[in-house]
Amino acid sequence: MAIPKVMGTETEYGIAAAGQPDFNPVLSSSMLISSYAGSLRKIRWDYEDESPMRDARGFEPQPGREMSDEDLGLANVILPNGARYYVDHAHPEYSTPECLSPRDLVVHDKAGERILERSLDVLSLDMPAAPRLSVYKNNSDGKGNSYGTHENYLMDRATPFADIVRDLTPFFVTRQIFTGAGKVGFEGNWDDRATRGYQLTARADFFETEVGLETTLKRPIINTRDEPHADPEKYRRLHVIVGDANKCEVAQFLKMGSTAIVLKMIEDGFLPDFSLVSPVAAIHEVSRDLDLQASLELADGRRMSAWQIQAEYLELARKYVDREDDTAENREVIARWESVLAGLEGDPMTLAAQLDWVAKLRVLEGYRERDQLAWGDPKLRAIDLQYHDVRRDKGLYERLAAAGKVERLTTDAEVELAIMEPPVDTRAFFRGRCISRYPDAIAAASWDSVIMDTGRDTLQRIPMREPLKGTREHVEELIDACRSAGELIDRLQG
Amino acid sequence: MPEQEQKRIQKKGGSGAEGAEDAGQVTSSPKAAELKDEMDEILDEIDSVLEENAEEFVKSYVQKGGQ
Repeated sequence: MAIPKVMGTETEYGIAAAGQPDFNPVLSSSMLISSYAGSLRKIRWDYEDESPMRDARGFEPQPGREMSDEDLGLANVILPNGARYYVDHAHPEYSTPECLSPRDLVVHDKAGERILERSLDVLSLDMPAAPRLSVYKNNSDGKGNSYGTHENYLMDRATPFADIVRDLTPFFVTRQIFTGAGKVGFEGNWDDRATRGYQLTARADFFETEVGLETTLKRPIINTRDEPHADPEKYRRLHVIVGDANKCEVAQFLKMGSTAIVLKMIEDGFLPDFSLVSPVAAIHEVSRDLDLQASLELADGRRMSAWQIQAEYLELARKYVDREDDTAENREVIARWESVLAGLEGDPMTLAAQLDWVAKLRVLEGYRERDQLAWGDPKLRAIDLQYHDVRRDKGLYERLAAAGKVERLTTDAEVELAIMEPPVDTRAFFRGRCISRYPDAIAAASWDSVIMDTGRDTLQRIPMREPLKGTREHVEELIDACRSAGELIDRLQG
Repeated sequence: MPEQEQKRIQKKGGSGAEGAEDAGQVTSSPKAAELKDEMDEILDEIDSVLEENAEEFVKSYVQKGGQ
């Protein structure tokens, strides 16, 4: 029986300083986060259970730890909403708290965008002399440098990893038709047959292998990082690196919701074999195929388009949800999946309010026609980049949203609330509430622990190895009743 | 595990895809004019916020050392 799909996203944001291409992005990211975090900065990240080099295929961690950002003293904070906000490589990264539904995830992912925007405001007030920064929720600089938007899903450890690889790879190759954020130009060394100067996704160019541990070079369609941040006997955390950063709420909802259902089907052995002959070639081909007509060769000899393969997954998902997992939210995912595939089959441009690649393409085509621009024109690349600017007065997605040209699934009020409030139905609730109620007593925290300093001889570490324990239902009354962290520890141990 | 479904939804006129029929139709001219007005409105809005020096803006955006 499939387990609940606790999920989250980690987004590395692009960062730039106006008129200063040689600014230091690491330092700038740290300043940005530190300004936002204020006094929360003193709470450390607890690295005890981190093992990013452990491999799902059974490899051992490699000796010789690289210097971490923590060693360099860079910002790394845990927020009252249960999120992690820190410097990763040369980017500010926002990891949402754990969510139990794709809709909650969209709300928290949007809260992350607002937090980045607010950080820019706070920094410019705090340090008026600092370079004026801008931040982009995108995945490449158009010059061959890519940074990730990762998805995470809780999975049953008992599911063989080979099943995940077999059944998820064709899904990832083909879901690009609705998950793509769109990109002007091409950055890979792949066969350039594209004629329109535009492709469905920003990330596809950077994928070179089918399965592997790497995230920054030789990127794999299925990433094998095995770092569950939970009881490792029971769980795995599937770390997905193959998606784009979405601005459109419908695309984000459908990406997370459909993937969660497919993962449940994999856990329950519900899927037939859609294995592709050449998944890496196919991921590039699908991304470049704006007409959605390219025919992909399956291992069993069939040839199907990305749309047709998605239609197969959808039909199976509908049956699965009817039989095994009939929730209102799953029905919403299925209905959305169906309407998006129908739109793509008819005229993709009808989905300009729902899918990023279409919303962006519509604007680009508008400019091309009005100003007679060729695809190589810098103005089109500028539009592509500025689409992802997080500032509501500058970002082109944001301007479209303000004009009512994109469909929202969230309200501004919900997103505003999620800046401070954790999800109520995962352990993020306990983490977030501890941060807001006992900020001075929290020495460190991580996804699966909170470490308290209550003035006693030793620090008290509260493990949270169950992602669905520590919910509002479990702990709100307790936390409300405890005026101090010491009292909470006593009650938990008593 | 369900049976392998070999029959495939036809690319056009499939029954499972409601709403697609309208979308594919050629737009009549009042509708086309409406779409053009809407596009003009969008482009005007974007014109007002777009970075002025597109070439410099794009050229100076370099992200090294990411995931």
